[in-house]
Amino acid sequence: MSETTTSIPIIAGSYLASLLAGQPQLAASPLAWLNALRRDALERAGVLTLPTTRDEEWRFTDISLLTKMSFAPAQSATHLEAADVAHFFIEEATSRLVFVDGIYAPALSTAGIGIGADSGVVVSNLSAAIAAHASRIEPYLGRHAAFDNDAFAAQNTAFLHDAAVVLVPRDVAVEAPVHLLFIATQKDVVSTPRCLVVAEAGSAVTVIEDYVVLYQPRWQEEPHFTNAVTEIALADNARVNHVRVQREGSQAFHIANCAVSLGRASNYSSVSVALGARISRYNLKVVQEAEGATCTLDGLTLISGRQLADTHTLIDHAQPHGSSHQLHKCIVGGSAHAVFNGKVMVRKGAQRTDAQQSNRNLLLTGKAHIDTKPQLEIFASDVKCTHGATVGQLDSEEVFYLQSRGLTEAAARKLLTYAFGAEVIDRIPVASLKRQLEQTVLEQTTSLP
Amino acid sequence: MIYQDSKILLDVRGLCASVNGIDILKDLDFTVRSGEIHAIMGQNGSGKSTFAKVLAGHPAYEVTKGTVLFEGQDLFALKPEERARAGLFLAFQYPIEVPGVGNSQFLRLTYNTVQKQRGKEELDPLEFDDFVREKMKLLEMSPDFLDRSVNAGFSGGEKKRNEILQMALLAPLVAVLDETDSGLDIDALRIVAQGVNQLSTKDNAIVIVTHYQRLLNYIVPDYVHVMEAGRIIKTGGKALALELESRGYEWVSAESQGAAKAARSVTA
Repeated sequence: MSETTTSIPIIAGSYLASLLAGQPQLAASPLAWLNALRRDALERAGVLTLPTTRDEEWRFTDISLLTKMSFAPAQSATHLEAADVAHFFIEEATSRLVFVDGIYAPALSTAGIGIGADSGVVVSNLSAAIAAHASRIEPYLGRHAAFDNDAFAAQNTAFLHDAAVVLVPRDVAVEAPVHLLFIATQKDVVSTPRCLVVAEAGSAVTVIEDYVVLYQPRWQEEPHFTNAVTEIALADNARVNHVRVQREGSQAFHIANCAVSLGRASNYSSVSVALGARISRYNLKVVQEAEGATCTLDGLTLISGRQLADTHTLIDHAQPHGSSHQLHKCIVGGSAHAVFNGKVMVRKGAQRTDAQQSNRNLLLTGKAHIDTKPQLEIFASDVKCTHGATVGQLDSEEVFYLQSRGLTEAAARKLLTYAFGAEVIDRIPVASLKRQLEQTVLEQTTSLP
Repeated sequence: MIYQDSKILLDVRGLCASVNGIDILKDLDFTVRSGEIHAIMGQNGSGKSTFAKVLAGHPAYEVTKGTVLFEGQDLFALKPEERARAGLFLAFQYPIEVPGVGNSQFLRLTYNTVQKQRGKEELDPLEFDDFVREKMKLLEMSPDFLDRSVNAGFSGGEKKRNEILQMALLAPLVAVLDETDSGLDIDALRIVAQGVNQLSTKDNAIVIVTHYQRLLNYIVPDYVHVMEAGRIIKTGGKALALELESRGYEWVSAESQGAAKAARSVTA
């Protein structure tokens, strides 16, 4: 097959068409399956239209602002010195992959360093990894993040040319966290970051997926568009800690899909933090494909001004004896708008499932807004499922308790707002990142509303 | 202990208070001098916890009449945090959980806030750590309490110990312990009581609000007051608590009603 992906016709005039049109020509890969994947995705991208608020899954999230702007892929990589971006580095992470405006930056990355060469662990960009490890990548890449009905995932996959790849072989525990750092530096640019994490049987790894902005000063308030897709596969008894931090610029658009597949008795723990972007949407889908899997999905959305942040999660208990715990919190100030849609599905036959979901929301102003929609869909009979959502202001009993210990009312409110967010940050298993984000939450909650 | 020439720390006169328009405290008189330990007993709904909360300044309670002087100062002119800094402490019946705030961070914050108010030296995290660990020994608390979030996931007994730890740190002039004995097993009760006893000096005072007599086996009160329908209807020594334990509250109530009737017939 020699055809390139751009040979597929795209509906002229569609928004996706305009995004796709700017893509540099992708050379066909020597791997037929990768070409086929891109071609299928491109076909879907050509047919799918962008969601509107008339779509049930996008009812609360109006992205029409995005469609009014035009974005093009970065034509050239911004040259950055390590010193420019060192403040983003995480001290515990000995291996790091850095992408600047979607383009891999080998000079800033420390692929695989600190990981025993003979352990078989791969931390690399896709282009470099695929020649030697195609057989370890093929069964996973593009197999979990469905693009049939998702225009954004389709667009990302259609132009899948590079990615952050973490492969952990059987029974290997990677001690130090792996940092996947995506830096936006140019305005009006669209990037399509891609991550693949494969944890083979009995292995363990912590992955930090981190979206940051390093604008030139004059572009401080300019938009860019990130359309990310992450796939994580856990084989039997594997353990993955996944920390996701979205701290994009205040005018950015950030749309992301993450698909996680859990093998028998595997354990997936995720903490996702959404701080930035004008409009953001995170779809996290976790499927328990085999018995006895455990997952913990914690999230914090901390927004103000005119931000909109939407988190959609789906925990699919497809097999028996699985458990899931979810705590998602939103702190909403200014006239910002947060959305949480948390669906827990217990399929027929998924007996002895234990699912707990809690969504707590704090509104700091009269104009702040939250739409929350916890959903339980249970098709098995012998299960334990709980869920609950609260929306409100700070508890006056808590404020009084702190006042009775000498704190002023204002100090008590700030401390409680901070604590509300810190409860989620506390669950991040990387100390320096935890401290850094605690500081961010502290600064944000003391300056809010 | 009752001392000669001790000074009045708390002076409550004709206090009336309501919550949601319902009168709870009705003409309450109560005086506490330095060095004393008082027990306020009474049945559920008699108003004893309301009294404790009104003293601390809980916003849900409205003071409709009466005065409270704290060291001669009008207590109701002070906000809750100003009362705390002035030396009034309330150990909560149901201590609030504050997940996300480390206990040691919280304890240091409250300690330093009060120290600053008193013109005393604030402690940095290291100095405070030594200081608080010493105080924790008093309550037989394990140091890992410091690393946990404030009261979050603490058992009932652990929460109460954490309250008394705060009392130990803040060194109040008047400490009001609201049902501190509820939810404590016998060992925890003994430890908490020991802690309180060690904190009792001739310069401060302790007011124990309780339903049951059992805490008073360990903390011996100088005065026992019986509260009913929002006022104190009888005051006695420590023997009164034992009598209440064996005879219940009914007889005090009957006695007080009888006395009221007699008083009315005299005036008539």
